Amino acid sequence: MARDSQPTEAGGIKVFRRGPDFFRLICGVAAVATVATLAWMIGEITWQSWPAIAKFGAGFIVNNRWMPSREIFGVLPFLIGTGVTSFIAILISLPLGLAIAIFLSENFLPPPIRQTIRFTVEMLAAIPSVVYGLWGIFVVVPIVREFGIWALAHFKHTPVLNTLFAPPAYGTSTLTASLVLALMILPTITAISRAALVTVPPTLREGSYALGATRWETIFRVLLPTAAPGIVAASILALGRAMGETMAVAMLIGNSTRLTWSLLSPSGTLASLLANQFGEASGLQVNSLMYTALLLMLLTLGVNMVGEVVLRYTQRQTAGIR
Amino acid sequence: MENTFTENLDFFRGANAAGSARRSAGNRLLNVACILLALLTFVPLVSILILLLEKGLPLLSWDVFTQLPPASGMEGGGFGNAVVGTLVMVGLALVLAVPLGVLSAVYANEYAPNSRLAHAVRFVAKLLTGIPSIICGVFAYAVVVLTTGHFSAWAGGVALSLLTLPTIFLTAEQALIGVPKAYREASYGLGATTFQTIWRIVLPDALPAIMTGIMLATARAAGETAPLIFTALFSQYWMHSIQEPTASLSVLIYNFSSLPFAHQVQMAWTASLVLVILVTIANVTAQLAFRKK
Amino acid sequence: MKTPFSLALVVLGLVSSSQAAVQLSGAGASFPAPLYQRWAVEYNKLHPDVQVNYQSVGSGAGIKQFTAGTVDFGASDAAMTDAQIAKVSKGVVLVPATAGSIVIAYNLPGVTDLKLSRDAYVGIFLGKITNWNDPVIAKANPGVKLPDMPINVAYRSDGSGTTFVFTKHLSAVSKDFADQVGSDTTVPWPVGAGGKGNEGVTALIKQAPGTVGYVEYGYAANNGLAMAQLENKSGKFIKATPESGMATLASVVFPPNLRIWPEDPTGADAYPIATFTWLLLYQQNPDAAKLAALKDFVKWGLTDGQKFAPELGYISLPASVVEKDMAALDTVK
Repeated sequence: MARDSQPTEAGGIKVFRRGPDFFRLICGVAAVATVATLAWMIGEITWQSWPAIAKFGAGFIVNNRWMPSREIFGVLPFLIGTGVTSFIAILISLPLGLAIAIFLSENFLPPPIRQTIRFTVEMLAAIPSVVYGLWGIFVVVPIVREFGIWALAHFKHTPVLNTLFAPPAYGTSTLTASLVLALMILPTITAISRAALVTVPPTLREGSYALGATRWETIFRVLLPTAAPGIVAASILALGRAMGETMAVAMLIGNSTRLTWSLLSPSGTLASLLANQFGEASGLQVNSLMYTALLLMLLTLGVNMVGEVVLRYTQRQTAGIR
Repeated sequence: MENTFTENLDFFRGANAAGSARRSAGNRLLNVACILLALLTFVPLVSILILLLEKGLPLLSWDVFTQLPPASGMEGGGFGNAVVGTLVMVGLALVLAVPLGVLSAVYANEYAPNSRLAHAVRFVAKLLTGIPSIICGVFAYAVVVLTTGHFSAWAGGVALSLLTLPTIFLTAEQALIGVPKAYREASYGLGATTFQTIWRIVLPDALPAIMTGIMLATARAAGETAPLIFTALFSQYWMHSIQEPTASLSVLIYNFSSLPFAHQVQMAWTASLVLVILVTIANVTAQLAFRKK
Repeated sequence: MKTPFSLALVVLGLVSSSQAAVQLSGAGASFPAPLYQRWAVEYNKLHPDVQVNYQSVGSGAGIKQFTAGTVDFGASDAAMTDAQIAKVSKGVVLVPATAGSIVIAYNLPGVTDLKLSRDAYVGIFLGKITNWNDPVIAKANPGVKLPDMPINVAYRSDGSGTTFVFTKHLSAVSKDFADQVGSDTTVPWPVGAGGKGNEGVTALIKQAPGTVGYVEYGYAANNGLAMAQLENKSGKFIKATPESGMATLASVVFPPNLRIWPEDPTGADAYPIATFTWLLLYQQNPDAAKLAALKDFVKWGLTDGQKFAPELGYISLPASVVEKDMAALDTVK
C-alpha cells in the first residue's frame, strides 16, 4: 500500500518526505471544517424548529391546515406537492438527460458539435430561477391551460384520470411547476452523467465491442452499470434541487393551501411555502417554516437512501470493474 | 490458445446469428430513439434561449456595464455595479467552497474512506442537497449580518458558499471514484507516496469531472436570489468595499422583473442574458482549460 | 486556478478605496420601493455625497431588520404594533411617507366599465359568487352584457401588505368575510389561485379571461388592466384615480402616533381601498452625519419628492399630512 514517510531513492524526491502527512492534515482539516459548518447549519435549523416540533409533533406532517393568524400549521398538502412535482420532474428529465448524456459520450456526431451541444445544455444551468419562472408564465402556463381544458372535457368520466385532471384548472398548477422543474434539473443530470460516462475506461468499451456486442448492448450492459455511481449521484443532486427549488415553483404552482390530487390545480410545495411566507413570518410561523426545512432535509435523506440501495444493486454486478 | 480463441468467436457469432439481425435492428431503433429524445429536449431549451435573446438583446450594449441601475420611471441606465457584485460574491463563495469541498472529498475518498469523519462529511453533504437556498441565506444572516451589524458582500459570499459546498463535495467525490484503481496501484507500485499519487495522478485525472461539478455549482450560485437578499441586500451605487450592501445580478433581476414599468422589466431580461453569457464563458473557459490532455 | 486570485486582488482593491460619502441603507415594504428608490436617485443628483439605498424585502422582514439594527431606516405598510415598537431600544418614529390605492382588476373581454357593489366584490372573494353573469353583479351594471363565464379569483400567495390592507377593508365591510377569512398578510382564501407578488397576480389576470384579482394601482395602470369601479360607503361607484385617492386620504383623522388605516373611508368621492405606508425611523441616531443626511432626505421626500408620486402610481400626500409628518420628523434626534 502507500508508503507515507519513506525516504525515496535518487531523483531528489526527498523533499516530499514530509509532504504526505502535511497534505493529509490539510485535507483532514478541510473535512472537519466542512462537517462543522454544515452540521452547524443543520443544528441551527433543528434548534429554530424546536418550538414547532414541541407543539405539533408528527401531527405537523398530516395536518392539512396552514393558518398563521390562528397559529395552526400543517404541511400535508405541501408535502404531497413536493413529492408529486419532484417525482414527475425526475421521471421526465432522467430518461431525457441520460439520452443526451449518452448522445454526447458516444460518437454519433463530430466532437465540435458535441461540445457545442454540451455547453448549450450546461448554459441552462446558468439561467436564474426567476427567468425560468418568467418563461414558465409566458410559455408553459398557456399550454397547460389549453391542455387542461382538453383534459377536463375528455377525462371527466374515466376513473383514475378524472381525479388527476380535475377542476379548478388555471394555468398555474402542479403540472406546470413539474414541467419547468424537469427542465431546470436537466443540466445537472446531463452534465454529471456525461462526466461519469466518459470516465469509463476505454478498455471496457473496446472489450465489449470485441466480444461482438452492439453499441446499445454495450451501453446498457457495460457503460451504464459502470457509470451507475455517477448517474445515481446526478439523480440525487437533481432530485435535491427539484425538492428545494423555491422561486420558479412559487411563481408557477398557484400557491394554494388546499389539498388536491389534481395535476391541473394550484397547489404548493414545502419550498414554495418557505419562499412565500418567510419574509413576513414571525414567532411560531418562523418555527413552523424551519420545521418545514427540517422535513425537506429528512426527505433528501430518504432519497439518498433509495439511491444507495440502487447503487448496491448495480455494484454487485460490476464489482471490481475499476 | 489461438484455436480456442477463434473457436470461441465462432461460437459467439453462430449462437447469435439468428438474433443478430434483430439485435442490429434494435440497435438502429435505439439510435433513432436516442436522437429523438435529445431533439425533444432541445425544444424547450431553445424556447427559453429564444425568449431570453428576444427580450434581452434590445437593451444590450456596453452601457449596461458602465451605468448604474435606473430608478423607476427613468430610462437608460445599466447594471455595472450588479455585474461587479456578482463576480465578487461568487468569487468569494468559490474561494471558500472549492478548497473545502475538494480537499474534503480527497480526504473522504483517498486518505480515510471508512473513517467516521468521512462518513460524517458524506452524511451532512447529502442531507443538504435538497436545502432551499433561502435557508443558506437565513443562516448566513444569523452568523455574519447579525454579528457585524450590517449587510455586506462577505455575508453574501458565505451564503453562496454554503449553497455550493454540498454539490462541490459530492461531485468531487464522484470524480475521484471515477479514477481507475489501476492508476493508483501503478503509482504506489512505482514507489510514490500517497500525496504524490493524489497530487500527480488522481487529481489531474479527476479534474475535468471536478470542474463540471464546480461550474454547475457556480451557475446555480450566480442565479440565486434568496440567499443574497438577506445577506448582501442591494445597492444602487458602485461598490466601495465588501463590508457594505452590494448589488448583484440575481437580486437586480428579481427586483426589476417585479416592477410595473416596462423599461425596468426589459432591463431584467437583459441582465438575465448577461448573467447567462458570463456564466457560460466561465464554464467554457474553465472546462476547456482543465480538460484531459 | 487563476480566477480566484485575480478576484481576490479586485476585492482587496475595492476594500481599500472608500468615499467620504454618507451611506444610508433601508429595507422594508415592496409597495413604496419604486418611489423610495427614485427619491434616492434624484436626491443623490442634488447631493452627490449622500447615497441612500433601499431594498424591498417585505414589511415584516423590514420591521425585523429595523429592530435588529442592521439598517438605518425601515418601511412598512402595516406600520408597527405597540409590541413591535417596544422591542426597539432606540425608539421609533413613524412617518407616513406616501400612499396608494388597491384596485380590483379584471379580464373580461368586451366589458370595459364594470361596477362592483359591496355585495358583489365581497361575494366574489368569498367564493359565493362564481359566475360573471350572477344577478348580484348584473344589478349594478344595467345594460351591460355579462358573459356566462366562471370567475377565476387571483390572490397574493406571498405574505403581503397589499393583502393586509385589502382584507382589512373587506373585513370592515362584511362580517362574513371577517369570520371566514380574516385580515392578515396571509389569509386562507376560499377560492382561486395565488400569484407571487403584484406582478404575479397581474400576470394571472392578463392571461386568462374571466380572472379577477386585487393589485396596487400602479400595476394595473401600467399594464393596461381594466379596473372595476367600487361602491364606497356613500353608495357611489368610484374609479381609482389620483384624485379619488386624495379624497380618501383627506377624510382620514390621524391619531397622535400617525397610525391609521382608512378601512372604510367616509368621503363622498373617496375610493374605498387605499393605504398609507410608513417610513420607520429611529428616535435616537448616534451618528451625527447620518442623522443630518437622513432627516434632510426624508424632508425632501415629503416635499419635493411628492411630485414623483403620481407618475409612479402613488397618491401625493395632502398638505395636512405633510405638516404632521414634519412635526414627527423633528422628534428624530
